[in-house]
Amino acid sequence: MARIATRQRVVVSTIGAWFFGFLIFFPILWMVLASFKTELEAFAIPPSFLFFHWTTENYATVQERSDYFHHALNSIIIAGGSTLIALLIAIPAAWSMAFSPTKRTKDILLWMLSTKMMPPVGVLVPIYLIYKTFGLLDSRIGLVFILCLGNLPIVIWMLFTYFKEIPRDILEAARMDGATIGRELIYVLTPMAIPGLASTMLLNLILAWNEAFWTLNLSTSNAAPLTTFIASYSSPEGLFWAKLSAASTLAIAPILVLGWFSQKQLVRGLTFGAVK
Amino acid sequence: MATRQTQLLARTLLTPAVGLLFIWMIVPLALTLYFSTLHYSLLDPGSESFVGLENFRYFLTDPAFLASLQNTLVLVGSVLALTVLLGIPLALLLDQPVIGLNIVRLMVIAPFFVMPTVSALVWKNLLMHPVSGLFAWIASVFGLTPIDWFNDMPLLAVILIVSWQWLPFATLILLTAMQSLDEEQKEAAEMDGASAVSTFIYITLPHLARPITVVILIETIFLLTVFAEIYVTTGGGPGLSTTNIAFLIYSQALIQYDVGTASAGGLVAVVIANVVAFFLVRIVGRNLEA
Repeated sequence: MARIATRQRVVVSTIGAWFFGFLIFFPILWMVLASFKTELEAFAIPPSFLFFHWTTENYATVQERSDYFHHALNSIIIAGGSTLIALLIAIPAAWSMAFSPTKRTKDILLWMLSTKMMPPVGVLVPIYLIYKTFGLLDSRIGLVFILCLGNLPIVIWMLFTYFKEIPRDILEAARMDGATIGRELIYVLTPMAIPGLASTMLLNLILAWNEAFWTLNLSTSNAAPLTTFIASYSSPEGLFWAKLSAASTLAIAPILVLGWFSQKQLVRGLTFGAVK
Repeated sequence: MATRQTQLLARTLLTPAVGLLFIWMIVPLALTLYFSTLHYSLLDPGSESFVGLENFRYFLTDPAFLASLQNTLVLVGSVLALTVLLGIPLALLLDQPVIGLNIVRLMVIAPFFVMPTVSALVWKNLLMHPVSGLFAWIASVFGLTPIDWFNDMPLLAVILIVSWQWLPFATLILLTAMQSLDEEQKEAAEMDGASAVSTFIYITLPHLARPITVVILIETIFLLTVFAEIYVTTGGGPGLSTTNIAFLIYSQALIQYDVGTASAGGLVAVVIANVVAFFLVRIVGRNLEA
């Protein structure tokens, strides 16, 4: 940066940024702290910030009483499965639109985008009835399917914007050298597309992991992922805050880590390439 | 260049995605349309009969509809205002030379990755609880009466929770946009003796016009269908005070089992969302050509 930052300016903006950053992060920190308290301490007024009796008891209780891992596994299967299938469908489509565009490519892309804008609640009734008819309510496969379709437009869009940036000259050169389309795809395109694929996958995993409309409405226990599991804490019996915090901490920890890795690509993915 | 063979291949590769999305869009929507013209209650199966536009009349004249429309507008409007108005200064701050910026960025973005059911329950129980929540304790330290958030101002409580979730999104996009602003332009303005305020008003803000529009449109699409936060905290109440359109349709469908009316409501929601989507698609489409 060319402008000279005076020391005073750095100090002021550093203090300000850390203060507000901490303020925004605080609810999460507070939750993590509560997860290590006893229920009595979590409820206590005045609250204790650091000097309480640290315990990991809540984490054990959450697993024992409510089979946490069953729901975590559901989350992994549903988020992972829907992401994988979405990628399998989206990669060929995005490849085709990025490298063999036709007059209608733009319209197709915008139409795909518009399907994402349909409010899920608008089709809640038919989806619920279809699922009921076919025995898909509270099934993992049903959730995989619906989350996959719900996120497919975003996946195609993200991949499209990444594929678009691969220089076409390279493809031309490969074609000149007599590479078939299959070889072109495997040896030229794939290595260049991996960063884009990885960030698309990451963002989609995050979105699917946190999806809380379809999972709440279409699952109750067997297929319930962590979103639904945590929601079951909304009708509490007795003291439960520390346990709620422990379950929540476990539920968000993996995705927080993934999210932090993917923050650079986040903007692009969520704005459909409108802001880079 | 593109031979007939590659064209054919390209079309073949595109077909599964287009086909699936087409079915996904058209089948449920057609069913919603069909159900919306029926008297159809799950509690009374076999009694389905065609009633024309009766469900729409019933849904649109139901006082609950007006109340929930108003709640939806207040919720969307307030969250938009809060996230954009707080997001701009926050992004400006993060655009300054800050020691440890990476860590601050992580802290600011974090709420966006927290699943809605977790953020809603943590806010409700650990922060906003009227007896032993942190806010209540802070209020008592200052000698104030603690607020019973979910009884006295439930909609505001939901607004605060949702704003906390979306502030990172607005900030991150505005920050990204600010960082793409040409440094030299700002320098030139500084050399010409422009104050920080006028640099912001005449250079930064115009540059942010488009990202702000994008933030508003994308947030609106998601905020129109806020559901989980209401579901786990208030269940739409007390009364109808936190029922938005999405929650109203949900309760008509899966609590009252009135498929006909819920479908009519669903179509109303689709129409409302489409108005917003129309503008967003145009902006994104313009960008596609550039």
